[in-house]
Amino acid sequence: MLHSRRLLAATVAAFALFSAPVVYAETPADTLIQAWAIDDIISLDPAEIFEFTASEIAGNSYEGLIGYDPADVSKIFGKVAESWEVAPDGLSITFKIKPGRTFASGNPITAEDVVFSLTRAVKLDKSPAFILTQFGLNAENVDEMVVATGPDTVQFKMDKAYAPTLVLYCLTATVGFVVDKKLVMEHEVDGDFGYNWLKTNYAGSGPFSIREWRANEVVVMERNANYSGDAPAMARVIYRHIPEGATQRLLLEQGDIDIARSLTAEELDAVRANADLKIQEGPKGSIYYLGLNQKNEFLSKPEVRQAMKYLVDYAAISDTIMKGKVNVHQAFLPIGFLGALDETPFSLDVAKAKELLTAAGLPDGFTITMDTRNTPEITGIAQAIQQTMAEAGVKMELIPGDGQQTLTKYRARNHDIYIGRWGPDYQDPHTNADTFARNPDNADDATSKPLAWRNAWDIPEMTKKADAAVLEADPAKRAEMYIELQKESQQTSPFVIMFQEIEVSAMRSNVNGFIVGPSFNDNSFAHVTK
Amino acid sequence: MSDVTNEGGRDSALLRFLWRAVKLLATVALTFLGLLVVTFLIGRVVPVDPVLAVIGDRASQSVYDRVFIELGLDRPLYEQFWIYLQKVLSGDFGESFLTKRSISDDLARVFPATMELATVAILIGTIFGIPLGVWAAVRQGKFVDQFVRVFGLIGYSAPIFWLGLLGLLVFYARLQWVAGPGRIDISFEYAFTNKTGLMLLDTALQGQWAAFRNVVSHIILPAGLLGYFSMAYISRMTRSFMLNELAQEYVITARVKGVPEWRIIWVHALRNAAVPLVTVVALSYANLLEGSVLTETVFAWPGLGQYLTNSLQNADMNAVLGGTLVIGGIFVGLNLLSDLLYSTLDPRVRRQS
Repeated sequence: MLHSRRLLAATVAAFALFSAPVVYAETPADTLIQAWAIDDIISLDPAEIFEFTASEIAGNSYEGLIGYDPADVSKIFGKVAESWEVAPDGLSITFKIKPGRTFASGNPITAEDVVFSLTRAVKLDKSPAFILTQFGLNAENVDEMVVATGPDTVQFKMDKAYAPTLVLYCLTATVGFVVDKKLVMEHEVDGDFGYNWLKTNYAGSGPFSIREWRANEVVVMERNANYSGDAPAMARVIYRHIPEGATQRLLLEQGDIDIARSLTAEELDAVRANADLKIQEGPKGSIYYLGLNQKNEFLSKPEVRQAMKYLVDYAAISDTIMKGKVNVHQAFLPIGFLGALDETPFSLDVAKAKELLTAAGLPDGFTITMDTRNTPEITGIAQAIQQTMAEAGVKMELIPGDGQQTLTKYRARNHDIYIGRWGPDYQDPHTNADTFARNPDNADDATSKPLAWRNAWDIPEMTKKADAAVLEADPAKRAEMYIELQKESQQTSPFVIMFQEIEVSAMRSNVNGFIVGPSFNDNSFAHVTK
Repeated sequence: MSDVTNEGGRDSALLRFLWRAVKLLATVALTFLGLLVVTFLIGRVVPVDPVLAVIGDRASQSVYDRVFIELGLDRPLYEQFWIYLQKVLSGDFGESFLTKRSISDDLARVFPATMELATVAILIGTIFGIPLGVWAAVRQGKFVDQFVRVFGLIGYSAPIFWLGLLGLLVFYARLQWVAGPGRIDISFEYAFTNKTGLMLLDTALQGQWAAFRNVVSHIILPAGLLGYFSMAYISRMTRSFMLNELAQEYVITARVKGVPEWRIIWVHALRNAAVPLVTVVALSYANLLEGSVLTETVFAWPGLGQYLTNSLQNADMNAVLGGTLVIGGIFVGLNLLSDLLYSTLDPRVRRQS
């Protein structure tokens, strides 16, 4: 009896404490603290950076020759370059470097630095190097192809007369960012162009400098005192590695962080209901799709490919599981790109799908597997698709796996269906046409293995069309070519393109000026105030 | 004559000692070799392409082929292992391709974080677990005993992920008794020099008491949670060891002699129960030192558990092998330590050796 009375008293006391007024912590006024899963960073060297987090960090700490307005990507402007001119034969572009600008180290930014950065990226030949080498550059010829023609002019030569916008957009990618030659070469060891040093250090000229990267823990950035543009309001920007969304939300609610970057749809709902917090959205270039392996006897039938596109409940998934984080989108170019197609001809239509399956000689459906990355969102989408497929007799077994595990299988073409997310590598339509609508060689030992190859989709004619679009200088005509490609691909391809991603960040309501751009290297906090 | 015998005795004692030392070293070396072979093979069987972790999904085939060769994956398996083993023997654990740093540097950064957490946790587990176990044994079948058992059972069966989030919600978000996830507040991050990697020690040695208090308020919740888990186990084992001791004849003899009850329990019986308890505590500590990936994830604790899981998922085998060696070392070390403690606590073991 005594025990239970004490227990009751303790419970009452505990509840009284629970309802006590809560005092919120605050982050320092000149410091922006973000929570994100930053374990994807594998390098800080612009010649190697390709991951979301590292791209964003580079976008705020380095500068390229040129940039574009995240709100209207057709507006291209100079950053390190003052102006540029395309040669009449279209085989080269000459850039004039802005005078009087410096790197964070205090070294001046010269034409020599630009040449060094681009040739270095080609010679190091890391993952993103293809963005530059696709213009006919390689380790042997790059010293002749990218040259300083004067103290402040750089000439960029190509093997063909590519569409100028394609070249310019490629140069806005992180691989084209300008590094401080003098500083980097001070750390060169055995002809490595300073790579072993720069992969964990910093030699740029952006609004912030990178002070420290502790893997899976923190990235600390500081205001670059030598930045040539307007000084950022924040003296420090810190990324904390908080992998768990629920933990991010707690920290945000408590005011221990300013921005939470990876909350789930449910957590975002809770944030929307909290007056101290707000949400900022920005459409991203990533698209969610299903890849149907054409090596599979069922999936290779055109009617089955078509039927699968009617067996996804696009609206329900985007309204519930992915609420606010995706828009329904069914073409391979995301909205915001030149020539993007916004038509969405498919919706859940089981009757129509059954008709198509009957026409394919499979009236009772078939059994199939889908390799599914074991993140909550991908799993959620996959389960929803599994249900709607079952309505037409398609028995789909989900094979869960870690990201690298499912990817390994996908790249070896050992899947039936793969549920994937694809983000463009640069802002030009060729980036996605190159992978969804080109497959120069469908052989198992092909040298180029785009998504069309991974799904064994042999498309010599479409490949030719995609190649032609790369050489079209007139933007309007070029856009038409991509729209035509997408319309054809939409109906015939083994890709069930479903959604375009919206990046949603939750932040304290006093945070202003955070810019969410179409690519992660466009996300900017140079103008953030609190 | 007697001198000669004595010298002979000393010699043979020395020989015996040397023989034992050699045997011990050989066992340790074989254990490590076995660990390496098994981990190495697991790493090669995992259906993950290690090249992808280095170059990502977008690189061209030529980059892929080059990295494949750079990683030595074109060589036969035994050759790859032999190369790795030679490097390890010369003290080079290689480089992690995820963090782009040497494995030694990475381990020197993540292991202290785990060690600090594990040490505080095992202290909490032991300080509360042993008295609770003793108490439960003395009051066998009474309310206290039931309470300790149920309390322990909850600690043993509740998912740590859920308990962690709940703990954060109550003690951090609502009551604000403790600080949130992470090891330290950003404002204290650069207030002291990181020398040992153990923030409690570094801040205390440098007299940064405000930072020290902050570190304590960060560590107390995750350590308390892990400590609760160890406590559940330690208290259950203490209870059963104590019940065993309390039923022995020497306890009855002591009671007959009129020795006070507290002395019988805390001095006579516990001292004997302490011998097997040492192993229990040592193994609990070793388990904690492996790092708990779920606790580390919820509390954003940059420790060994998260590091190893992330490395394994990306087939970053140098990191996995390095981490496995560390964990192997911990188990071997703690086993040796508990053997030593055995001989201190138990005169019979001492005499045998």
